[in-house]
This record gives sequence, structure tokens and C-alpha cells, in this order.
Amino acid sequence: MTQRNPEISKGIDWSLVWIYLALVVIGLLAIFAATYKEGDPVIQSFLQYKTDYSKQFYVFIISAVLAFFILLTDSKFFTVTANLWYLVGIIVLLLVFPLHSRIKGTESIIRLGGFQFQPAEFCKICVALALAKYLSRPETDFSKPRSQFIAASIVLFPAVLTIFQSETGLALVYFSFFLVMFREGLPSVILIIGFAIAVLVVATIVIEPNTLAILLTAIALATIYFLRRMIKRNRGILFTIITLWFVCVGIQRFAVPFAFKHVLQKYQVERIYSLFGKDNPYRKSGEIIDDAETKQKISGSSYNVRQSKIAIGSGQLWGKGLLKGTQTRYDFVPEQRTDFIFCTVGEGFGFAGSVVLLGIYLLLLFRIITVAERQRSVFSRCYAYGVAAVFFFHIVINIAMTVGLAPVIGITLPFISYGGTSLVTFTVLLFILIRLDADRQMVLR
Amino acid sequence: MPVFNQSRSRIIRLIFVITFGIILVQLFYLQVISKKYKRLADENAIQRSIVYPLRGIIFDRKHKPVLNNTLTYDLMVIPSQIKNLDTSFFCSLMDVDTAEFRKRIINGIIRNKSFRPSVFEASLTPQKFARMQENMWRFGSGFFIQERPIRYYTYNAASNILGYLAEVDSNYLKRHKDEGYQSGDYAGMTGLESSYEKVLMGERGVKFMIKDNFNRIQGSYENGAFDTAAVAGSNLHLSIDIELQKEGEKLMQNKVGAIVAIDPQTGGILAMVSAPTYDPNLLTGAERRKHFSQLYTDPRLPLLNRTVSTSYPPGSTFKTLQALLALHEGVITPQTTFSCSGAFYGCGKPMRCLDPGTFNLTTGITLSCNTYFANVMQRVINNPIFPDMDSSLRSWDRYMYGFGLGHKLGVDIPSERSGNIPTPATYDRIHGKGHWNFCSFRSVSIGQGEVLTTPLQIANEMAYLANKGWYITPHLVDSIDGGDKFGLLKKYKQKINPIDIPDNFFEAVHDGMQGVVDVGTGRGAQVSGVKVCGKTGTAENYYHGVKQKDHSFFAAFAPRDNPKIAIMVMCENAGFGGTWAAPISGLMIEKYLNDTIAANRKPLEERMMNANLIPSYMAREIKVKDSLRKVRKDSLEMMKRIIKDTLQTEDVPEEEPSVTPDIKKQTGSSNDPSTQKSSRRTDAILPDTNKVNTGKKKN
Repeated sequence: MTQRNPEISKGIDWSLVWIYLALVVIGLLAIFAATYKEGDPVIQSFLQYKTDYSKQFYVFIISAVLAFFILLTDSKFFTVTANLWYLVGIIVLLLVFPLHSRIKGTESIIRLGGFQFQPAEFCKICVALALAKYLSRPETDFSKPRSQFIAASIVLFPAVLTIFQSETGLALVYFSFFLVMFREGLPSVILIIGFAIAVLVVATIVIEPNTLAILLTAIALATIYFLRRMIKRNRGILFTIITLWFVCVGIQRFAVPFAFKHVLQKYQVERIYSLFGKDNPYRKSGEIIDDAETKQKISGSSYNVRQSKIAIGSGQLWGKGLLKGTQTRYDFVPEQRTDFIFCTVGEGFGFAGSVVLLGIYLLLLFRIITVAERQRSVFSRCYAYGVAAVFFFHIVINIAMTVGLAPVIGITLPFISYGGTSLVTFTVLLFILIRLDADRQMVLR
Repeated sequence: MPVFNQSRSRIIRLIFVITFGIILVQLFYLQVISKKYKRLADENAIQRSIVYPLRGIIFDRKHKPVLNNTLTYDLMVIPSQIKNLDTSFFCSLMDVDTAEFRKRIINGIIRNKSFRPSVFEASLTPQKFARMQENMWRFGSGFFIQERPIRYYTYNAASNILGYLAEVDSNYLKRHKDEGYQSGDYAGMTGLESSYEKVLMGERGVKFMIKDNFNRIQGSYENGAFDTAAVAGSNLHLSIDIELQKEGEKLMQNKVGAIVAIDPQTGGILAMVSAPTYDPNLLTGAERRKHFSQLYTDPRLPLLNRTVSTSYPPGSTFKTLQALLALHEGVITPQTTFSCSGAFYGCGKPMRCLDPGTFNLTTGITLSCNTYFANVMQRVINNPIFPDMDSSLRSWDRYMYGFGLGHKLGVDIPSERSGNIPTPATYDRIHGKGHWNFCSFRSVSIGQGEVLTTPLQIANEMAYLANKGWYITPHLVDSIDGGDKFGLLKKYKQKINPIDIPDNFFEAVHDGMQGVVDVGTGRGAQVSGVKVCGKTGTAENYYHGVKQKDHSFFAAFAPRDNPKIAIMVMCENAGFGGTWAAPISGLMIEKYLNDTIAANRKPLEERMMNANLIPSYMAREIKVKDSLRKVRKDSLEMMKRIIKDTLQTEDVPEEEPSVTPDIKKQTGSSNDPSTQKSSRRTDAILPDTNKVNTGKKKN
């Protein structure tokens, strides 16, 4: 395909392309393994666009064509139109609200003829471009809080819109762009604060409220004791510590309960608590969840994770072999072709196969970072980090969720999960990077 | 080149590596360290199902199959696959109304979920099967017919011997914990089906099937690499002659009683009739439950196996053993004579006798003289070689146990009773130590009073006499195809020869017994061309304290010189032993020895078959049964009794009969209902009651 044209292929990072192809092939095999039924006429159904693996294959052809056109494009095109794409992305996201599919559970999808289109997936590309554009502006001084705030707004606006479409998982993906900002000089303090808040929230869930309050107080007092000399010299430190203590207890006592009670959906709270093996304290004792949908979401997700863990665990060291996995072959894991596709790999090819797949992904991420760091243009670098961050988030959260380390939020495994929008989005995301990278010598700025 | 913050790329790479590391650790734990997920996946996807082998076939001594397998057809339904069903047409074919139809479908859904098959109707009648078979195509994939093997009793006979299968209950599962039964299985509950369960059931196979998330079977696991094949049950070969058995059942129709015929040479049982009997096929098909409760509530207790599970006073058949014992003890000789003036006056109240006169041993037996045997017993008990009555009675007990009485013989069907032989302890208990004498058990000498025997024991006693001093434990199964793997037949190959008694004593008893048939009380048992030795018996009995018509007994063996059959016939409340039991015995002997009944004997056979000798109290109860209240009360009481008699497949292990069994054993056995019933009847003639001597003792 691309090799035939020496003009286009010049400067292309072939290792990324090979990794991409490898992952797509693994994905097709995994979908095949997850959906093949004994006695299916493989070739026939493959050609006739009847089965999931053949559908995915045709989506791959479309993606490949798209990738080819991207490689034909001038890299300046992306720099120039970045903000326009962002606008388009936001408009499409907004269009979801009047146009979305009326089927329950798919409120984020627009139907166009026979095709389904999920703007929230597509919008990731726009955000990556727009963020890169903003950060690469010569007048942007990222050390100023104002710029940091604007950058954060660019990222979080579509996230908020996505939350309104009941796609919390996809919304969370946008937070991964903070990794780009970190690379571009976002003060570590902010990340540390973010991390600290995350720890505090987890602690709130895991530790009994009063115990945690006492613990926090004890930490504050211990800090004051150890820093007493510095405090003598500078009263401000004492003030800071007390403020921090106050904020922490405030978060633990009021912010988290408020969020769990009023912001998050019931099933989401249940999922978070079930992940830590705790009962949900915000469900009033004796309260019966009579809403069938919520019930389904709660029991469904824990059933999924249980079956997914059984599938992966039963693969053992070397796996059962392609098409030999009883868990995946006999439909014990729901959504095993989309969000839980990793089970097929884990069951069929065992720990060895899982390590190989994770290795390929890590190779991809490292390669993208390497590519990013060799860019001369800030735009390309920021964009590359954006791509790395999105991939990273998808890979880690998806696999962590199948092995029971993260709550079930429906996000896909890049290049492997079944789903047209997902494959096309990731392909476009990656190939824009490859295009930008191919022109790294040309761009002088 | 933006250089600043480049160090942060390393931090980002570090973050990547650490998060991937955490995931890898979890994967390592799930896939390599923890083994439970493999097991859980197998439990999810592999179904272990049991393959039931065909049960063994049971053949009679002439290799005719008497208990075979046949197929029955169940109508199955998969509720979720019912489409466009013409319900009213379906219901009219199945003879159910739509409400019943709905009920069954819903029951099926509750039990097995709507996408798995459940039984709509088990064991279709042939008519329904034919109708459904014809119209099956109309009902789509929601209904199908499934075949299932059931037992088929080829001759509709020998129900008491063969027994039946029933679904195992929790009690059974508890008792057979490690034998691989699970609820829903069928197992033999009585008769040979129960006692040879291990042999007949065969070896079950195991099949591993793959199932999906809805528990639907998807195919065999690993192409059956782990499956084990079922091994069909072994066939049994019986000593029973099914033609003889049928003849016996016909002769005993409309009577209550029992016939046991034994081949004395082998101990093999030739026929074992318990009357009234029932069609064993009633308990296999679709309406098993209904038939079962009908049989339960029948006042004639057809489910009771009277050949082994009831004991009666043996009456005068007991005199043969008394004579033998007295001869061996040396207290009489064949020439010893006693005179009878019409009754035995030895103990105050007279014990009456049939014909007055002077008797020696032969005529004593032939004419069944009570006085003669009362005198014999007196000599036995007061034998001067023993220091006291305790020891003389104990010696007498030792003989009785040796003759196979007073303890379970060990026949190979369940629910055998031990009967009763009174011991010194018995009388100590009744009268107090030292307060009893010969008169206390005078009636025992003529087979009444405390002595109780099962019909099987008496038939065995005849075999013992025929063999002149030995017997083989009576049994039904001759051989098992493929060998006796469980050692069940070992004890049926050994001669039991407990007491060494010279042949001439036996000859003396045989002389008397031949006299019984030739010229005495049992002339009805004559068979032309065959020397039959027999002894009549007539036992008094009481039901709820009311004296009933006597039980009619006849015990015999034939031919005298080369005994081929030893037989015991008992008709409850039929009257004099020579009137009914003797002719029936004669016909049975003729049928067995000659294979047929001679033409000139046909009228006799006819008369015996047609005689209705149902005890009057039972006949009354059958009439009363129409009253609903009474039925309920009776059935409850009877069910309890019968459940114990017929369903209790394991007998409580009893200590081996010792020479002087203690009281405990007797009190123990009086707990069981059938003995209670019998002892209730004999209570009235216990020595301590005043009725003892008032009853006339015949034969």
C-alpha cells in the first residue's frame, strides 16, 4: 500500500506502522475467537460482511484508506485546521443531543443511514489537535495559571458534554490530556495535588470516615511537631498545614459524599464500591434497588468482571489455544468482543500471550514518546504526547477493568476491540502522528 | 529544540512502566499463581452427567426372562420453544384441560427454566403415545418424545420375589452415601431388585459435556476423552420355576396365605407365593403412584410378603421336629406308645385330641395326636439327664435353632422375620423365674403358643427332613452372569448340618409323614405315582381378641426316596389343614415333578383356584373401605405398617442367634408390627391366660 509510493513513504516511521498492523491482526483474531461458532462457514461469512470479524475487517480496510489519505496530506494542514477541527468536534458533540439514537444505553450515538457514529470517540482527535495547537502558540506561556486554565478548559469542555451523554468512561479519557500538559510544564504540584486528592478519595472509600478524620488530624499534628522549628521561623507554614488539613477533612467529609450522592449515578457508586469489595454506604440500609436498569447495571458489571477474571485466570501460563477457551466460546463473558476482548487473549494464550500483548502496547507507547521527543515543532510534540496519553489511558483502564483492578467503565482496547468508530478513531489518531513525524525535518519552529 | 521539561518524558515513561507492571502482577496472580479460576471455568462450562446402564435381566431356572427391560416414553416440553401451538387440540390429545396444561408448563419453567426440557407427562400410555407420535409434527420443536427404559415383568408374576424400583428418597441417600446415588435415581426397593441392587444396577458411566452460559449443552467435552462407558447390570439366574410360581399364584387367588417350595438338594427356592399378589407391572408405568396407594390401602395387605415377613404358629407341622428331637434325645423310640382318651389331662385342663386311641410314633404323626406329642414334650423337658428345666429347655432350643427356626435363615430377599422359639428367658419373663413348668409351654409341643415360624422356615424344615439332617440356606438366585463379584452367593453353597442325627430317626419320622398322606390327615396331598411325605397343620388364631377360623397349613416333601421338592402351603383362616393346604401342596408337587397337572386332577385344581377363602374380617374391611373416613384411618395405620414391612430394605442387623437368645431379642421382635399382629392372635392361648386349654388342638 504505502510502500509503493516513495514520495509519501519518505520519513514515515515504519515501526509504528508495523506495530499498528500487528495489533489490528491480533484484534481480528481475537474477535474471530470470541464470536466464531462451531460450523460457521468462515470464508463465506467473511466475504459477505455477516460476522463481526468480517465487519471489523472491512472497517480496517476503510481505516487503511483513511490512513493512506492522511499520509497524502500536507502536515501543515493539521496545524492550520486544528482549531477548526475542535469546533467541528464540539458541534458534532452538541448535535448528539437532538439527534442521538433513541435506543436506551446508546444516547451518545448518531445514526447515519446504516452506520453508527459516536462523536465522543471522534472528538478525542480534535482535542488532541486543539490542545497541541494552543500549547504550541508562541504567545502561550504555559507557566502562567491563565494558560493552564485555558488548556484545561479546552480538554474538559468536551468531557463535560460527554458526561451529559452518559458516557462517563469516555469523558474520563479526556483527563489523560493532563499528561501532555505535565510534559509541557504543568507544575508538578498540580499533579501531586491531583494524586493526593485521588488517594484521599480512595481512602474515603476504604477507611471508615471517623477513623480517617482522626488519621488526617494525627498526620497534621505530626507534621506540625516535626516542622516546629520551621514554623517558629515562619508562621505561614502552620497556616498552610491547617488549611490543608481543613481541605482534606472537607473533601473526605463533604465533597466525596456529596459527589456520590448527587453527581454520580447509583450504579457508578456501586461499581466503585464493589471494586474495593465494600458495601455502598450511601445506599440506605434496607433500600431496595427496584429500578431494573440500575440493578442490571450493578449485577451485570460484577458478573462481567467475575466471568472475565475466570476467563483470564483459566488461561493459566500458556493458555488454552485459539478457539479452545470455554469461557469465551460459550458466551460466559458478556461484551467479550468489545470491552472485554482482552479475555479472549488471556484465556486463549495465557499469561505468555498477555505479556506479549502488553509488551506490544508498551513498545507502541515508548515508540510514540521517542517520536514525540524528536519533534522540532511543539505542535507535533504535544500532539504526540496527546496520542500517547489517550492510548495509555485506554489500554490501562481497559485491561485493568478486565482483571478487576479498575471499575467497569466502558472504554475500548485500542485496535483490538470490536467497533468501527473506535478502530477508525485510533487509526486516524496514530496516522496523523506518523504524518507529522514524517515531516519533522521540514517544520522549523 | 525545546529542551526544558525533557526530563519529564522519563517520568512519563516511568509511569507507563509502573502501571503496566501493576497489571502484569495482577495477571501473574490470576493466571499463574491462583488455580481457582481454572476450576471455576470448568465448573462453568463442563457438565458431568451420568449415563445409566440397563439393569440386569432376571431369568428363571429354565432361562425364561421374568424381569426384563422395556422402553417407556415421556413427553418432554421446552417452554421457550413453543410456537403457534393449537393448545385446545393438544389438550384434547393429551386428555388435559387448558388449566392443567398451563400448570404443567409453569411447573416445568419453575423447575428447569424455560429453555431447558422438562417432563410434560411421564410414561405415556400406549394410546396417548400413538396419538402424540402421529401428531408430533404439528407441535414444532417445543415438544418431543423421549424414551426411557423401565422394568417389565414378563409373566406378571412373582411380584413379592422380584420387588420393584422406586425413586430414592433422602433416607435412602443417607444410607447409601458413598454408592453414587443422587436424587431422582431409581433403586430397587424390595425383593431381588433391592437385595441384588449392586449386581443389577451395573456400572454407571460418566459423560462430560460442554455447556454455554444458559446451561445449554453444546457438545461433548474433548470428544469424550474423559468419558467412561456405562456397563450394563449383570443378569440373575433364579432357582424359581416361573410356571410353578404362576400355578401357585393361581391356586392361591382369592386366598390369603403363602406357598414356599424349595429344592432340598440345592436350597434353591422353586416357588414363593404370597397371596394375595398383585401385578408387578402396576408399579412401573405412568400411574405407579396411584396403584401404589391402592395397594397400600388394601386390607389384605398385598404388599406384605407373607412368605418371609409374617410369622405364624406352625401348628402340627411342628410335630415332625418334636419327634425327631425326642428320638435323638433317646426319650422315646419309634415303638414308644401313648394312649389318648380324647384329651391330654397332664396339666389339669384337658388338651383335646382328634381320635382317642393308642399311638406309636408313626400313627402319632399320621393322625396328628396332640396327646402323644404333649407326652413326648413332657419327657423331653423332664429328661432326667438335665439338672433342671432351664437346661433341658435350652437343649430343646439348641435343636430348634439347628433346624433353622427362631432366627433369620438369610434368604436373599429383604424383610425376613426371625420367627420365635421360646427360651427359658421367655418364660422367666412371662411367669417369673422358677414359676413355670412343662405345662406353661405344653401348647408349644403341638406348634402353638409362643412358637412362631415363617412359611419359609417351615419349607426349609421340610428340606431338612428330606435331606436327613442338612439343608442349604434357601435362596432365590442360583448364579449371576459374569460371576459373583460381591460374594453374595457364597453362603448359598454351603450345607448346614448343625446336629448329627442318625438316618434311622429320620426314616421313622418319614414313615409317619408318609402315613399322613397315604392314610392320615393329609390325604388331599396324594399324587399318583409319587411317595409324598407331609404333615398337616391347623393353627388357632385370634384377630382383635376374636377367635377366627383356623389357619390351614400343609408341609411336605416328595418323592420320599429322592426328594426333589419341599413345600409349605399356608392359607390364612381357611380351616382344617387337610382341606385346603394339602390339596394345593399336592397340585404344586405334581406340577413340579410332572410339569403338568393330570387331566383327572383338573377338577380339583379348578376347585382350589376358585375357592374364595378371604378371611371374613378382611372381607368386611374391604366392604367398609367404601366409607371414606375409615379408608383414611386404615390407610394411615396400614401405610405405616407396610412401609415398615416392605420398604425397609435393610433389616436392622441382629446378633447371630445364640443357643440361648436373651429376652431383648424377643422384646425387640415384638416391636415389629407383623409379629405384633401374629402374637396378638396367639396371645389368647398363652399359658398364663385361662384360655390356654379351652381351645381344641387338632391334628
